Amino acid sequence: MGRPTVVVVGAGQAGAEAAVALRAQGYGGRVVLVGEESETPYQRPPLSKELLAAGGERVDCALYPASHYPDRDIELLSGERAEGIDREGRTLLLASGRELPYDALVLATGARPRALTVPGAGLAGVHTLRTLSDARDLRSRLYGARDLVVVGGGFIGLEVASAARTLGLDVAVVEVRDRLMGRSVSEPVSRHLAELHRRNGVRVLLAREVTAVHGEERRVREVELDGGERIAADVVVAGIGAVPNTEIAARAGLAVDDGILVDARLRTSDPAVLAIGDCARFPSRHGLGRHAPVRLESVQNAADQARAAATTVCDPEGGADYDAVPWFWTHQYGVRLQIAGLTAGHDRTVTVGDPAGGRFSVFCFRGERLLGVESVGRPADHAITRRLLAGSRHSLTPESVAAPGFDLKQQQLQSQPA
Amino acid sequence: MAKITYRHPRGTVTVVDVPAPNTVMRGAKLNDIDGIEAQCGGSAQCGTCHVYVDEDCGVVLPEMHEVEDDVLYGTASPRRANSRLSCQLPVSDALDGLVVDLPQAQS
Repeated sequence: MGRPTVVVVGAGQAGAEAAVALRAQGYGGRVVLVGEESETPYQRPPLSKELLAAGGERVDCALYPASHYPDRDIELLSGERAEGIDREGRTLLLASGRELPYDALVLATGARPRALTVPGAGLAGVHTLRTLSDARDLRSRLYGARDLVVVGGGFIGLEVASAARTLGLDVAVVEVRDRLMGRSVSEPVSRHLAELHRRNGVRVLLAREVTAVHGEERRVREVELDGGERIAADVVVAGIGAVPNTEIAARAGLAVDDGILVDARLRTSDPAVLAIGDCARFPSRHGLGRHAPVRLESVQNAADQARAAATTVCDPEGGADYDAVPWFWTHQYGVRLQIAGLTAGHDRTVTVGDPAGGRFSVFCFRGERLLGVESVGRPADHAITRRLLAGSRHSLTPESVAAPGFDLKQQQLQSQPA
Repeated sequence: MAKITYRHPRGTVTVVDVPAPNTVMRGAKLNDIDGIEAQCGGSAQCGTCHVYVDEDCGVVLPEMHEVEDDVLYGTASPRRANSRLSCQLPVSDALDGLVVDLPQAQS
């Protein structure tokens, strides 16, 4: 009999943190971390921010130093692609032909960028951004370029636009919806972001669609919009969403539906197989549907689920259901937007603070229920509401938030000893 | 390089040498010190690297920035006068001898 073994597939933030968390929680068996990329596991948030901006070549994104893994007896297999799962034999099959027997398997396969599919999308200079190598390619393309067209006004697209402005490029953002970050934030925050980008010299084109990419000598030169207008582009970045990497799970017969389906302990339809991070769809009490399955692409979700999965492996009978409050952030032009909770599907908003001065929070409600809070330049609101959403009771209603003098920070100051 | 002492609420005490350039948060992460989460990677977003600085250790810390002050309003364990975000404390020789207490909970 071999040593009990946990194999983690995917060495992104979720996978790497899961391996580390297993050791931190005292797991004494073998821990194998399988990653497709050659790099030591790294953090993704800087890839669309600091790494692209001026001075980005000096940014170190490593999650931990390379020695961290062997020091903890974690076998990091870089450059290895997982090919299949033999669930009956509890063995992971690698493309290299290697076989890894497991007692528990953690799928942290992540997501991949949705590709632009218009004519000309295959031209040189058309990029997506997910990996460190994508970010380095894009950075070397941005240096010396003049005109960037960003397709998609979501997190990635807007962060790339912001970084490219620090490099002095002319930037246009083309968004098919009538507002920026429409899937992620409320209308007042969308409006603020559009103003922020325009004030920083970005051409923001809303409710417009890219219909083709044109080039010369196989390099991009122009982007064509609906209606036939053409705008100059020597770099194009598509930030039009991501697709979860569920193929290996589906081939193994695990339940999949835009994400690998897991229960509240992050177990798939096979209890020996867990799924975490961008690739997993899990029941959440946050957001609209109480305990409706959601799939989240965020660092918070990756890190919290990594620890929760380690607990499920170490203590299958004990441990608690996964219940962390989702939160998200972005930095653009030095402005920080932070989101606590899942605000999609709200039907009322109450804005607090000073929108004109760039410091405000939008409290998003469905009826009387607070779904979440979007804070621009108000980190205290974000920090406090995250805590309130984590509890089962709080007194925030549309009326209480709209009352004159409402100020969470002041309330906190008065309720805590100095 | 600074010698930093991390005291766990359950009584464990860990003393480590943390080289620059790192932060007090990173020093804990690199040494597997339980009780520092630092979910946001050190960008003063999440408040899960909260520490209480032992004011008797004699180390003078950099002043608190407004953002750090704001984030400390949402820590899982109560904020005290000596609360700091360890990701906002860069390690240098001046931090040698720093003693921090880890809170009961970070999230």
